[in-house]
Amino acid sequence: MDGTNAMTSRLGAVSTGSALELRGVTKMFGALAAISDVTLTVRPGERRAVLGSNGAGKTTLFNCVTGDFLPTSGTIRLFGEDVTTFPAHERIRRGLRRTYQISLLFTGLSVADNVYLACRGVSRGRFSLLRPRRGDPLLTRSAELVEAVRLTAARDRLVSELSYGQQRQLEIALALAGAPRFILFDEPAAGLSPTERAELVAILTGLPSHIGFIIIEHDMDVALRVAESVTMMHNGRVFKEGTPAEIETDPEVQELYLGGGHG
Amino acid sequence: MADITKSRTDTPTLWVERVHPAVWALGLVMLFMPAFANGFWLFQVFGWTFILGMIALSLMFLAGYGGMVSLIQMTVAALGGYGVAILGPSGVAQISLGLPWWLYVPLAIAIAALFATLVGALAVRTEGIYTIMITLAMASAFFYFTRQNYGIFNGYSGFNLVVPPQLFGVDWRQPVPFYYLTLGCAALAYAAVVYVARSPFGLALQGTRDNPRRMAALGFNVTAHRIAAYTFAGAIAAVGGILLVWQNAQIAPGTAGLPAVFDILVIAVVGGLRRPSGAFVGAFIYVLLRTFSPDVLTAFGLSNERFKMLIGFGFLAMVVFSPDGVLGLWDRWRARAGRRDPLTGKERG
Repeated sequence: MDGTNAMTSRLGAVSTGSALELRGVTKMFGALAAISDVTLTVRPGERRAVLGSNGAGKTTLFNCVTGDFLPTSGTIRLFGEDVTTFPAHERIRRGLRRTYQISLLFTGLSVADNVYLACRGVSRGRFSLLRPRRGDPLLTRSAELVEAVRLTAARDRLVSELSYGQQRQLEIALALAGAPRFILFDEPAAGLSPTERAELVAILTGLPSHIGFIIIEHDMDVALRVAESVTMMHNGRVFKEGTPAEIETDPEVQELYLGGGHG
Repeated sequence: MADITKSRTDTPTLWVERVHPAVWALGLVMLFMPAFANGFWLFQVFGWTFILGMIALSLMFLAGYGGMVSLIQMTVAALGGYGVAILGPSGVAQISLGLPWWLYVPLAIAIAALFATLVGALAVRTEGIYTIMITLAMASAFFYFTRQNYGIFNGYSGFNLVVPPQLFGVDWRQPVPFYYLTLGCAALAYAAVVYVARSPFGLALQGTRDNPRRMAALGFNVTAHRIAAYTFAGAIAAVGGILLVWQNAQIAPGTAGLPAVFDILVIAVVGGLRRPSGAFVGAFIYVLLRTFSPDVLTAFGLSNERFKMLIGFGFLAMVVFSPDGVLGLWDRWRARAGRRDPLTGKERG
């Protein structure tokens, strides 16, 4: 992980004090603006929840930040560096991570191999033709990550054989590989049982404090317990920003998103 | 999947202990084959099996691990063969450069691998059927180019008298030396693929097969990985192509004609794309059919050209009944046998 530390210090020089900074980001699909003119700043280590109904543009926002899509206009800065036109893998190598709403895992490989690949993706030797030796630091690190998301018992099983909840846990392990500095969690609690949700909250709140994240979550219990600030999105625009308490009590938000039923 | 992850942390075992006894037995039989097989079998049947197996292995690597069905592998092999014919000595003295073997063999492999890389660079931007189409188009273009180009490829007639160098005073085209030469190369290529499949590069390639988008989100350059896979597979195909030229002592455009291009696909699919051994199983079946079906057909009063029909039916049957090839049939038979009671032969609940 020496390479990443070197990268951290190199980037530290150009850092302007924000982990993620979006300015006027717009993404059009044909004539439809999935997100329009989104401006958003997240400090390093800050934990932000992004709320909004279906179609509010939350996942499109993530896709623009990770580089799955290029925005139609606007700029995206990651730790001060303009990454607007960078390919996804270059952003990941700068400390950005994400999880997917629908698990995107390597179903033909084992749990251990999935995590090992994630660790390898952000370090040197991605093209190495030599098998890792016993005691390879990345193997040790992947074993720790498998342990951290409580999958040690399933480490040699193929991902296609895992339960849904286990796949969600593995999804998080992949995002924690390497030296993440900022993570985008896309509905990590979707489809989890109440017990699994409690474990998820424990994993998220237990993250080292220098790791900031944005979490998209429909489950308000999860979202408001792990986040210190909230951004509400509506029809592709930023609608409100504030602390969880402010958002929860905001009459406009209640009317728009929480609805009467939530009281 | 071979499970190496287990062996990394559990009680340490030597790699020799993890090889199945049947594999050792097969290896011994292969090693001592010249003691009980005649020259025809050694040179024509086994030599050809190993050669075609290597070319099909290069396709298996791309398709099985990378999810990229490339029809360029036979062309890459032929370019390797043309490489030794043009750079080394041949019967066409006005073109062939007659370089020493230690120069023309690596050069031929390098040129073929470079060509595979360039084809890969174009092909990896496409998916599925488009990859097949673009590689087929390039294979076709290569065939017509070699047939019409007389300055380098000597056009329709190609090159004759292309033989392996007399290394260590051995005539490597004699059945026994040629058998060991092809066996050695095939074993090395097989071992290389098995080893690389579990290396970071091989794992990453399988990752791009399962989920290219996630691979990018883990920091991998998916395009670069796929192109590198073409280079690796191209080098293996080139070695097969060089051996093929040495076996036939000649090369002409027909070596990489479309029938030959499709034969490699048939071999790889019939054998099974999931494991490297499938390529050699498929090649053995193909060579047996090619070698012996004419006799069988003429015995039934049919034209011996009809062997293509037999191969075609075999391919059709395989695609319908066992899309994962002969190895897939074998796996299912083993799984069923494992559920049977060894005494009564009945399936267990």
